[in-house]
Amino acid sequence: MSKELRVPTMAEAVAAGKKPEVLFWVGCAGSFDDRAKKITKAFVQILNQAEIDFAVLGTEESCTGDPAKRAGNEFLFQMQAVTNIEVLNGYGVKKIVTACPHCFNTLKNEYPGLGGDYEVVHHTQFLNDLLKEGRIALQGGKFKGKRITYHDPCYLGRANQVYEAPRELIEKLDIALVEMKNCKQRGMCCGAGGGQMFKEPEKGNKDVNIERTEQALETRPDIIAAACPFCNTMMTDGVKNKEKEGDVAVLDVAELIAQAADL
Amino acid sequence: MQYLPNIIFLLALLVGIGFFARNINKLRRNIKMGRPADLVHAPAERLQNMLKIAFGQSKMVVRPVAGIMHLIVYIGFIIINIEVLEIIIDGLFGTHRIFAPMGAFYDVLIASFEILALLVIVAVVVFWLRRNVIKLSRFKKPEMEGWPSKDGNLILYIELVLMILFLTMNAADYQLQQMGAEHYTQAGTFPVSQFLSSIMSGMSESTLILIERSAWWLHILGILAFLNYLYYSKHLHILLAFPNTYYGRVTPQGQFPNLDAVTKEVKLMMDPSADPFAAPAEDAEPPAKFGASDVMDLNRVQLLNAYTCTECGRCTNECPANQTGKKLSPRKIMMDTRDRMEEVGKILDTNNGTFVDDGKQLLNDYITAEELWACTSCNACVQACPVSIDPLSIIMDLRQYLVMEKSAAPSELNNMMGNIENNGAPWPFNQMDRLNWAKESK
Ligand code: SF4
Ligand code: SF4
Repeated sequence: MSKELRVPTMAEAVAAGKKPEVLFWVGCAGSFDDRAKKITKAFVQILNQAEIDFAVLGTEESCTGDPAKRAGNEFLFQMQAVTNIEVLNGYGVKKIVTACPHCFNTLKNEYPGLGGDYEVVHHTQFLNDLLKEGRIALQGGKFKGKRITYHDPCYLGRANQVYEAPRELIEKLDIALVEMKNCKQRGMCCGAGGGQMFKEPEKGNKDVNIERTEQALETRPDIIAAACPFCNTMMTDGVKNKEKEGDVAVLDVAELIAQAADL
Repeated sequence: MQYLPNIIFLLALLVGIGFFARNINKLRRNIKMGRPADLVHAPAERLQNMLKIAFGQSKMVVRPVAGIMHLIVYIGFIIINIEVLEIIIDGLFGTHRIFAPMGAFYDVLIASFEILALLVIVAVVVFWLRRNVIKLSRFKKPEMEGWPSKDGNLILYIELVLMILFLTMNAADYQLQQMGAEHYTQAGTFPVSQFLSSIMSGMSESTLILIERSAWWLHILGILAFLNYLYYSKHLHILLAFPNTYYGRVTPQGQFPNLDAVTKEVKLMMDPSADPFAAPAEDAEPPAKFGASDVMDLNRVQLLNAYTCTECGRCTNECPANQTGKKLSPRKIMMDTRDRMEEVGKILDTNNGTFVDDGKQLLNDYITAEELWACTSCNACVQACPVSIDPLSIIMDLRQYLVMEKSAAPSELNNMMGNIENNGAPWPFNQMDRLNWAKESK
């Protein structure tokens, strides 16, 4: 099954006189974090399979500045943003897809005010459209009968009201989607946002990701589906902490689709 | 002498409304010490939000029990105000039940007031039980100790007494009507107070008049007193919920404002033609203070938020940090902001409107860094608030001050930011390795 990934960069595409339809913004986690890289690759497999005309910035991509902004460093955020916008505008980028809700939120909501106006979609929205347009097909039954619960990333759900696209994708898998008690608008954070990913938690009686994992495990899932590399890390750690990694997998929606499409 | 009651009534009304106006002025002044808010112009959407969230109580019903009980008290409050109008006219002109000529419609009005009054009593009792017997955890957090808890109960007692006075007044009136007492014209139907009335059946006319008049006076004086209690209470939300939902956010919750002052600086730095050593222009504005360390640094909507907070704790209840035992409570952020605003207001009062540094500020003296750094910026508090308050925006402004003015971020966050600055990623990886994943095997 392992075909070579085709990952054109913007620089290559432009040199070849092409203008890719959509830019895949990989994000820092998707580029460097071992677990998140798997999500990146799964998503690219689908893009390749569907023959999407896309490109990445590669080494020209830099942090959106989101973690700096949430930590309170507006200056660093805007430095990052302005630099990225220069690159993006330089390539005349119109549409961006990203698998990271934090990048998604920042690019979509905070870049326009600094001169970066793009159509920004999350990869779950993008994949959902591909499926609806029939550009990818799923081998039904791969996950048949499995119980899947979906954890809403704060920056996709509450922050941007994207609740349905990931759910519609998961429901295509011929499975039972079991909702947690706290979902959608009332979904609980995994504990990574607002810069928490990069620091020890403040003093308390529990870690946020453990609490959230317990809520997920209450649904007796076979799979916890996530749509954010940071949520993925948090929930994976939570499942390990509960010593359930043998029974419960934490997978990104893109990985579910890639597996179901038998890529 | 004949006009003495009218005169006393007029005076009471003037004093009540006068003090209320003074309080409102103070409130306006205190809110105005904030920075002007940079609001997205969207009047239609704002109006719709106000109608839906404040008038329509749309966010209250997320919790059905409290939501329905609250709805009853809210409708009771609005409807019974029609009765207050009648009372005021009667009081000023010495009339009795001036609206009585409305006939059948009047009967319906009075009957609905009575039923609502009874329902309000039931709701108030349920609310009291939730606070004091069931002891719902959100009413028992540390920030609720002392005055806030007392305030919560006091409001319930006042509402209870007002409703009982209203029904007592009607009961005695009804009895007097049946006796054919002078002035007490036959008017209204009394589905609730008729039961109270039967207790009064043996009483003499003069006793009944005494009861009716006392209840009438205590009821209206109680309402005027309550009006003036609002300013000192979380109950202010019955007025401020309306402007507050109007001024609430109309942009996505994930969108944090970009600071213009920073944009200017960044543009200057990125502009290769700018001379970094150029002397600042003569009329250059003083360098802006980044973020907020005290209430004057917050914007007016944030300060209005603080006055509107009804201390219900829905935000804190949904807060992941609070749920896992961290010190952070978004409700406390709002209560602290209001307390500090009041404190600064008092300084203004005693110094003819100029602020004199009292060596205190919102940051550290009220809200500690430990609370601020526990926030995951998840927006659960913003989503939960039934009156469109945004505690997260205050947390972020205080963080901004800590980081940009004091370089006081936790050291791990400093590392993270150092990495972004140097390698364009929050981890110490080389920017040139960004695409390595594409070549690695799966
Ligand atoms: S945004 Fe911060 S304060 Fe609000 S609920 Fe989330 S963690 Fe708590
Ligand atoms: S901020 Fe809103 S949700 Fe929180 S206590 Fe105040 S009114 Fe209630």
